[in-house]
Amino acid sequence: MTRNVAITVNGTERRASVEPRLLLVHFLRENAGLTGTHIGCETSLCGACTVLMDGRAVKSCTVLAVQADGRQVTTVEGLASGDQLHPIQEGFWEEHGLQCGFCTPGMIMCSHDLLGHNSNPSDGEIREALNGNICRCTGYQNIVAAVKNAARKMSKPIAARAGAR
Amino acid sequence: MATPAKAPGRPSKANGKGAWVGRRLKRKEDPRLIRGISHYTDDFKLAGMVYCAFARSPHAHADIKSINTDAAKGTPGVIGVFTAQDTTSIGPVPCAIQMPGLKVPRHPVLAEGRVRYVGEPVAVVVAEDLYVARDAAEKVEVEYEPLPVVTDMEKALSNDTAYVHDEFKSNQAFTHTLKNGNLEAAFKKADKVVKQRMINQRLCPLAMEPRAVIAEYLPGENRLTVWSSTQIPHLLKTQISLLVGLPETSVRVIAPEVGGGFGSKLNVYSEEGVVPWLSMKVGRPVKWNEGRRENFMATIHGRDTINDVELALKKDGTILGMRSRVLADMGAYHQLLTPLIPQLTALMHAGCYKIPAIQIDIIGVFTNKMSTDAYRGAGRPEATYNVERIMDIAARELEMDPAQFRLKNFPKSKEFPYTTITGLTYDSAKYQESLAKALKLSGYDSLRKRQKSARKNGKYYGIGVSTYVEICAIGPSAATPAGGWESATVRIEPTGKVTLLTGASPHGQGEETTFAQLIADELGLVPDDINVVHGDTAVVPYGLGTYGSRATAVGGSAAYMATQKLKAKMATLAAHLLESKPSDIVFGRRSLSTKSGKKKSLSFGDVVTAAYTAHKIPAGFEPGLEATHFFEPSNFTFPFGAHIASVEVDAETGEVKIDKYVAVDDCGNVINPMLVAGQIHGGLAQGIGQAMWEELIYNEDGQLVTGTLMDYTMPKAHFFPEFVLDHTVTPSPVNPMGVKGVGEAGTIASTPCMVNAVCDALSPLGIRHIDMPLKPERVWRAIRQAESAPPKAESEESPKKQSKKGTAGRRRP
Amino acid sequence: MIPANFDYESPRTLSEALDLLASREDAKVLAGGHSLLPAMKLRLAQPAMLVDIGRIGGLSYIKEFADGIAIGTTTTHAEVAASEALLRNSPLLALAAAQIGDIQVRNRGTIGGSLAQAHPAADYPAAVLALDAEIVAHSRSGERVIPAAQFFTGMFSTALRNDEILTEVRISRTTGEGVTYKKFHHPASGYAVVGVAVRLKFSGSNIDSAAVGITGVADLAYRASAVEIALRGKPVSAIADAAARAANGVDIIGDYFASAEYRQHLVTVMTRRALEEAAASRRK
Repeated sequence: MTRNVAITVNGTERRASVEPRLLLVHFLRENAGLTGTHIGCETSLCGACTVLMDGRAVKSCTVLAVQADGRQVTTVEGLASGDQLHPIQEGFWEEHGLQCGFCTPGMIMCSHDLLGHNSNPSDGEIREALNGNICRCTGYQNIVAAVKNAARKMSKPIAARAGAR
Repeated sequence: MATPAKAPGRPSKANGKGAWVGRRLKRKEDPRLIRGISHYTDDFKLAGMVYCAFARSPHAHADIKSINTDAAKGTPGVIGVFTAQDTTSIGPVPCAIQMPGLKVPRHPVLAEGRVRYVGEPVAVVVAEDLYVARDAAEKVEVEYEPLPVVTDMEKALSNDTAYVHDEFKSNQAFTHTLKNGNLEAAFKKADKVVKQRMINQRLCPLAMEPRAVIAEYLPGENRLTVWSSTQIPHLLKTQISLLVGLPETSVRVIAPEVGGGFGSKLNVYSEEGVVPWLSMKVGRPVKWNEGRRENFMATIHGRDTINDVELALKKDGTILGMRSRVLADMGAYHQLLTPLIPQLTALMHAGCYKIPAIQIDIIGVFTNKMSTDAYRGAGRPEATYNVERIMDIAARELEMDPAQFRLKNFPKSKEFPYTTITGLTYDSAKYQESLAKALKLSGYDSLRKRQKSARKNGKYYGIGVSTYVEICAIGPSAATPAGGWESATVRIEPTGKVTLLTGASPHGQGEETTFAQLIADELGLVPDDINVVHGDTAVVPYGLGTYGSRATAVGGSAAYMATQKLKAKMATLAAHLLESKPSDIVFGRRSLSTKSGKKKSLSFGDVVTAAYTAHKIPAGFEPGLEATHFFEPSNFTFPFGAHIASVEVDAETGEVKIDKYVAVDDCGNVINPMLVAGQIHGGLAQGIGQAMWEELIYNEDGQLVTGTLMDYTMPKAHFFPEFVLDHTVTPSPVNPMGVKGVGEAGTIASTPCMVNAVCDALSPLGIRHIDMPLKPERVWRAIRQAESAPPKAESEESPKKQSKKGTAGRRRP
Repeated sequence: MIPANFDYESPRTLSEALDLLASREDAKVLAGGHSLLPAMKLRLAQPAMLVDIGRIGGLSYIKEFADGIAIGTTTTHAEVAASEALLRNSPLLALAAAQIGDIQVRNRGTIGGSLAQAHPAADYPAAVLALDAEIVAHSRSGERVIPAAQFFTGMFSTALRNDEILTEVRISRTTGEGVTYKKFHHPASGYAVVGVAVRLKFSGSNIDSAAVGITGVADLAYRASAVEIALRGKPVSAIADAAARAANGVDIIGDYFASAEYRQHLVTVMTRRALEEAAASRRK
């Protein structure tokens, strides 16, 4: 039995007929043809698959595509506007907040949720907020610096143009 | 270190650094990664691609009585189901290590009649769709007859044991002894001998990207292309050709974006034989991506040794001799380097100390577990842990400050190159300076004051010191199984852009940036002019890959040397065009000029064009601008450093809070300090992770009981304080850039540092050692035991020379 | 790590959902999916049909009423944690919700889903027990109110019948009480090794009554009645002795992170600390 779904991914509606068990992460990777949302653990603990659903960070390995039917999903590919990187992406670049890059999209999307609710988080708040995202490369220190860097940029009005859609 | 005599110097430098080398340059690889538009293996989709999934053993040791694949084959969408019966043409999983007396069991790609660890692949299903493949793999029915399981190394060596491999009539895989000096005399004349048994627990490397393999075979061209998440594309290419029986010229391996390795992808796995074979068998491209549960069960593990360490001392703290016995768990089979890892432990057992006599006995043991192999540090963390723990215990027993004790036993910097009792020649070091810097940076004296006042208030505050030396830039070919050189081809394209083909295979280290920095400085260009290409065996000359903190010291040196060849060639051409001598040509910013007489210049581009158009070239000048260098290092490099941690222990719950962590590292010259700091941060998290949280546990039945992220504690952001970093710079004399390597340093130094800190905190209770990980229950039990019973004396006074001072008493602070 | 196949329905009304649930013995309710889907991916649960209640309007709310506050079943942990109404009038659930999992889990996971799963180390059970919450379930035969004390019946097992859907949690206001939720996190899973939810009512400087809900320690969350009895009418100085009874009569679970013996010790420490914190919070 398949179900028809229409999920708006980064502003474009994607329609597909899917098995109910299809995970959102597989919908994004296989049906929508995106590569930025990664699968790191399949048990909703590593956070590499984090995307925004209706603006809030969720782990797309623990959401069924049918649950996302009719909703707005933003992946890491949807953050930049053309050549203009999102301030969080810039922060990760400037502060060397990534090494192998595999956890990075999830880190960025989770940070997006955090900064949407707390525009000036402390180190401790950033570390707590990222406790659902695992990184094996960086020791997290430069990720914390990246989020602070982004917070500084996003608190300036000019950054608003590159903000989340 | 020789550089080609004719190569002209670099463009102007400031403060001994180049325009780019030494700068915090943002990484060139990042834009694609932060946009999510780069391609890891699982991101590729080939036309007609099908998926495979493995059925794996739920038993640690069992005979396979029968396998019924009918239900799996009958699942709609399934293309084929294969077992060991079908894969007899695939060669065994390779082990690259040869040593006298080493037992190497046959390691089939799919289990042949018997399984020897939980997770061993038994059958493989190919299907049109990933979900169908995994469904069908669950439907493979295997009838097992369980056998006695071997999990405990010491029991495995006793008479009362089953055998992992019946044919050997023993679970002992090898023994290896490294000895030098008169150890017996050293222990005889010792004022004090300290002993400690220490467990170095089994760990999961846990690269965030699980392994993945895609294979596409084109029969017309007889061409097999394999994408694999690997650290060693060329070595893998050779091995795949041997596994599936194709000429090596028909095999191409591509390591695309690789999401971390930490040694776990420095290997050749059964799936890397089976998936290519499947693509040949079914005539379609085949993809396999590893689930995290498979990654826990069937990707190599790290560490897992039992260590008995003894140190003989004079009462003034002088080390007289050291003896260690190391039991090393191999797991059920040897993977690529399994038996090599504990030998690195033996080699590094002198640490950064003058030790006149030593003996290390290593015993490799087969058990019904996944293989161990290289995991970040690979043998050196085990050595450093043994050394730094026993030094700390010795200092405590002698009532010496641990820092002072270490300072006393370091070789002095003027003694370098320093030959250790284990036969290594350390290239260069300033151990005293490094430790002094760490002491200052941490505010060591004020930490001790804080400890004193904490103790008055009934709190347990501890300070851990650890100094280390590691062996990097692996390595001189004579000392490595597959050779230790690295290759580089530098090609200046007709437009003046530069392509570097490097045999190194970075997977997060950032060599696309650092190698561009070093070449930019040499040629007077900017890093954006240089494109660093790696990981494709059809494009890049044979190379050995990225592991052992070797990429910059060996691969970077190869790039440097190839660039020198081109500089010499360009100087020859420029001299011809400018009617000067090659020795008179210097490189400037995008220019080559004469340095004597009336200054004449050509733009960099003009010289490049002249080399390609070849209209006006000297006699015998080869057109084009491409040079290759295979760099053979003359020695390893030996980075070093000093780390200091302070912790507070909640004596009620056993929880440890890390208060402060200071790391002073020396990796020689630094190309990009931002990336060096990143390597240290990551290494610290992994090393502290081992000390505090990480632990792969097999129960008595050989079941992996911490085999998910629900149970295996991967360190998270909020576990750590902000690390405080500094460095000293002691260039290595063994390569032209004076670099040493930094990929593993943090992991090596931090583990003993943390345990030293916790044991220091609890020293008023008489606690001298707690095995890792220092999870709350362990710490709580140690405290409770110390409070209810006198501490077990593990040190012995030499009978002839009784010290007047007793060991630290047991008391609440 | 892919769930087995199942049928899926996403009704728009509660009555449709109840009809669907009644029609199939092997159907399960899907809310946020953060309790059920991980189990299904590990194939520990293989329901033949999921009835997704996520699209039913009017099940996500936090409403104040005369006797207290009602929380709709699909209200997410994040919404509970951030609720002004709860933080002002009855903060215990919000304090527990803030400590569940991580941001992503709190954004998706629901109070109804978590309670219905009855994970032995989940956070909400301790809180609803301490609050003497009422758990409302609907079936085709109507509404049933289950006192929290009767709701949890074992590990992953509740008083809910197969044809019932948990629709609402009702709690009373705790104005003037000392309230806290104290948790010892499992460092890997984030679940509670020990979680202690405390309410202290004071009369003057003495504790009038205490309610202590504990999770993570046994097959199911429980009220530490021995602790509560020992505190009744006692000054704050009685806390340490009372807390020592936190595991009285309880069959304690052990695992590779924390043995039963250690958990038994830990629960007394955490209970004492929770009681002290609750007492201090009230004095503020």
